[in-house]
Amino acid sequence: MSNIPGDLHYTRSHEWVRRLPSGQVEVGITDHAQEALGDLVFVEVPQVKRRVTAGEACAVVESVKAASDVYSPVTGQVAASNDELARRPELLNSDPYRAGWLMRVEPDASSAAAALLTAVEYGQFLEQAG
Amino acid sequence: MADLKLREPLIFELSKPGRQARSQFPPPVSAAEPAAASEIPEHLRRGAPPPLPEVSELQAVRHYTRLSQFNFSIDTHFYPLGSCTMKYNPKACNSYAMLPEFLSRHPLAPDPQGFLECMHELQEMLKEITGMQRVSLAPMAGAQGEFAGVAMIRAYHRSRNDAARRQIIVPQAAHGTNPATAAMCGCSVTEIPCDRNGDIDIEALTAAVSGETAAIMLTNPSTLGVFEHRIEEVARIVHGAGGLLYYDGANLNAILGKVRPGDMGFDVIHMNLHKTFSTPHGGGGPGSGAVGVGPRLAPFVPIPLVGKVEERYHWLTERDVPHSIGRLSGFMGNAGVNLRAYVYMRMLGREGMVRVAEFAALNANYLMKRLIQTGYEAAYPMRRASHEFIITLKQENRRYQVTAMDVAKRLLDLGFHAPTTYFPLLVPECLLIEPTETETKEELDHFCDAMAVIRREMEREPEKLRSAPHTMPVRRLDDVRAVKQPDLAWKPAA
Amino acid sequence: MPFIPHTADDIARMLHVIGAQSIDELFDEIPAGLKAAALRGVPPALSEMEVGRLLTERALRDGRPLNFIGAGAYEHHIPAPVWAIATRGEFYSAYTPYQAEASQGTLQLIYEYQSMMCALTAMEVSNASLYDGASALAEACLMAVRANRSSESRRILLPRAVNPTYGQVVRTLTCNQHLEIEAVNFDRREGRVPLQALQAYEGRDCAALVVQQPNFFGNLEEVDRLTDWAHGQNMLVIAVVNPTALALLKPPGEWGGLSGGTRGADIVCGEGQPLGVPLASGGPYFGFMATRMQYVRQMPGRIVGGTLDVEGRPGFSLTLQAREQHIRRSKATSNICTNQGLLVTAATIYLALLGAAGLKGVAAASAQRTAQLVRALSQIDGVSAAFDSPRFHEAVLLLNRPVAPVLAALAERGISGGLDLHASHPELGHALLVCATETKTEADIDAYARALADVMQPARDVRGAI
Repeated sequence: MSNIPGDLHYTRSHEWVRRLPSGQVEVGITDHAQEALGDLVFVEVPQVKRRVTAGEACAVVESVKAASDVYSPVTGQVAASNDELARRPELLNSDPYRAGWLMRVEPDASSAAAALLTAVEYGQFLEQAG
Repeated sequence: MADLKLREPLIFELSKPGRQARSQFPPPVSAAEPAAASEIPEHLRRGAPPPLPEVSELQAVRHYTRLSQFNFSIDTHFYPLGSCTMKYNPKACNSYAMLPEFLSRHPLAPDPQGFLECMHELQEMLKEITGMQRVSLAPMAGAQGEFAGVAMIRAYHRSRNDAARRQIIVPQAAHGTNPATAAMCGCSVTEIPCDRNGDIDIEALTAAVSGETAAIMLTNPSTLGVFEHRIEEVARIVHGAGGLLYYDGANLNAILGKVRPGDMGFDVIHMNLHKTFSTPHGGGGPGSGAVGVGPRLAPFVPIPLVGKVEERYHWLTERDVPHSIGRLSGFMGNAGVNLRAYVYMRMLGREGMVRVAEFAALNANYLMKRLIQTGYEAAYPMRRASHEFIITLKQENRRYQVTAMDVAKRLLDLGFHAPTTYFPLLVPECLLIEPTETETKEELDHFCDAMAVIRREMEREPEKLRSAPHTMPVRRLDDVRAVKQPDLAWKPAA
Repeated sequence: MPFIPHTADDIARMLHVIGAQSIDELFDEIPAGLKAAALRGVPPALSEMEVGRLLTERALRDGRPLNFIGAGAYEHHIPAPVWAIATRGEFYSAYTPYQAEASQGTLQLIYEYQSMMCALTAMEVSNASLYDGASALAEACLMAVRANRSSESRRILLPRAVNPTYGQVVRTLTCNQHLEIEAVNFDRREGRVPLQALQAYEGRDCAALVVQQPNFFGNLEEVDRLTDWAHGQNMLVIAVVNPTALALLKPPGEWGGLSGGTRGADIVCGEGQPLGVPLASGGPYFGFMATRMQYVRQMPGRIVGGTLDVEGRPGFSLTLQAREQHIRRSKATSNICTNQGLLVTAATIYLALLGAAGLKGVAAASAQRTAQLVRALSQIDGVSAAFDSPRFHEAVLLLNRPVAPVLAALAERGISGGLDLHASHPELGHALLVCATETKTEADIDAYARALADVMQPARDVRGAI
């Protein structure tokens, strides 16, 4: 059973979302996603200051046998991205919810929060899909 | 293979400064005149020579001959690779395509009548076999044939002021090239599911088509190894919505002379001459992806193709096919591959073509039945196999923790090339097996014996499978290391 | 039955196992109304002897003209070992090396090929080949648009001194992805791209500039200046090169960088045919492509890498596959599935036999023969060289009359005299592109010169000679 921290929100495309005190949101891929992909060998994160819209592909994670786009859960501007992943993509496997974060986005004031799942809902979603 | 030396150094490691295969060098040009090369300005000339190997002719011959011995091939092993049609490549096809007059012909030299007559007859035979109106031999591989097909479909819709049609429908089990091709042609992809029998879900198809549908791309028999029963209904639905039907010829071997894509309602087909018409796979190419089209797409075929006017043959160009989607290659496509396919088809002849499908089906259905008797599970047991079929190792995976990949690797130890693994993605732990018509019953029986041995090993010593292969030049390779620490070229020591 | 081994006994036993009465029954899932009638348009079978006779007759009808055409496909000596080994069944009849353990021969050979192409081009990474030179340039243009992160543009600058067929192929293969291919003019006296022609694009956002060396006319471009200009404009440089010429000419990995800018082209591609592949009426050939390591994930086509097996022994496998269609599907770098494996096999053996010294010998001898050819032909009344730039092994000649009838008259004399540029470059007038490689002797060049002098005699009506 994969790890689903209760204090985060989730998408059906297996991203997690953390609301930071600064108002920014931190985005990564879930434990379930990293396990399904296998050993990650390459990660491409978006450039800082890039505009992203909710649902837009803005990062790529790649294992030996699979590659997957990561979609932004919110509309806004990229405030930071995790450059360490270029050197150590394995962080996404070993610590997907902390050291393996992908990007932080400054959401637009007008941007309505997309329909995100709670931890319980995401857990149910995985069970149904499984 | 056990008595072979199992490692061969890189050609660069055999190199020694100053050693040369001298007889291959051009003779010296008269010393009386200034060297043209020395008139090239200094700043455009190369400084240090490229670090290429320096070896004798025998060293090179021995090195590459040894490397060849590390390969499995049709000439040496049964090669039941599903979806790839690894049948015998007759030696005559190569010998006659390599006659010196054919090899020495420059592509821009005046139209060679003998060669073009062969190409024209090849076009005509392919028209007859596919039930299409026009054939172009220009595409250099199946994927380029697909590109040409979808590009023609877009050109057709554009010519009718219907350019908004950009949706390409593919079944979930489609080969990865189908969606990749659609993307290269600026189209979007809609995947529709298949039902439990491997047929297209007609309801999903009906819901998917609209005024934006450009085409549906299908193989038939499908990548699931079964014939799509309701192909006429599929054609009605797609044509009814204003879309076209694209036939991916990956599995043409299964129906050669039995049923023609044109008669099934398809508007365009690409053929893989390296599968159905037995041109060599060459370690991954060259292929040839001839396209055939019905009346709707005839004006748009890629150039060049061969025309005939009053017993003279010539290449048709932009002038002759003004609405063509254009050129796909610098010259005439993979002309020499097409010539090999021509020789093969002439040797098969009319009756031989039909027998291809018949005996490919006989071998596939026999092998499927024998493997079921050996205890393996067919993915679609209620269906006839076409020229290939799928075994799923779902149960074995649960019971013995062995995977389709483990079985594939163990087969190498037992002297068989592995079937296709993990394609189609829809079927868990699958092996896609295509024996082809050129294998004997005895060879199929030996393969079944090997699969029986593997079955026993699963039960008694599964570790032997998980750690296979044991007798190849290398054991399983570290793919993660290959990506994370890329070693993509030899470099001279600094 | 050609190539089908089944005896009557085999068929009976196999049908019995299947539980079918006849082979026809195996096709009972095909709707009856769809079954095909006999294939009348396919002739009856021929034996190997008969097909051999037919093909030999057709080959002899085509004959072997003395060839002076280049234009992207070049006649070079092919060492006997090249095809003797490439057509060994273990290379010829093997498939893509997906089962790495059973394909180490093909995989190691491709790794050696990639190393040789890196050596020739002075680039960091090469793929395992593409279909041909023209389609490789199309893939390079698409790759440049993906790779150039400092440009939003889909515009590629393509000089008219680049092989015009390549331009056509680029347009066919990229038009549905909305690339804008912008033609850049060449200097009429020099027959190459002057910096002035590029000034119009300064400050305009473009993804890449294509530089062909030597260019379509055989002339040598000022590659350092063009590279530095493009890099100064935040464009990538796509080099299109002749691999034989690279033994003699500055490799693209070393172009430019003179005024402190980035050194080297960014993507290098070209036609691999000169490396041991016969002319064969136009194919199969192979395209090569090399780039900087930083762009490797944007490069299309297969790549082989070295790695270790579970026991720590070195071995080779396909790698970086997540770029490709079988994994990325609609988001792949290209839909290409194959490489031109057999041709790469031939080219690798060719380069191993010739080495740097041999290849330089071939390049120098070809340049020499072309210089001799141009000297001999320009002495004929009504024939002159079109351009005064340094060249490699091709040249444009200007005639005082239309080229087509002259070529037809030469063909009557068994000579393929060159390529008429009327269709592609009408502004040059009666222009003829000629080429001589190391395969031509002084006697061959004399024969051409005598035939051309004869055809060009002022009084002679060449049409009457046909």
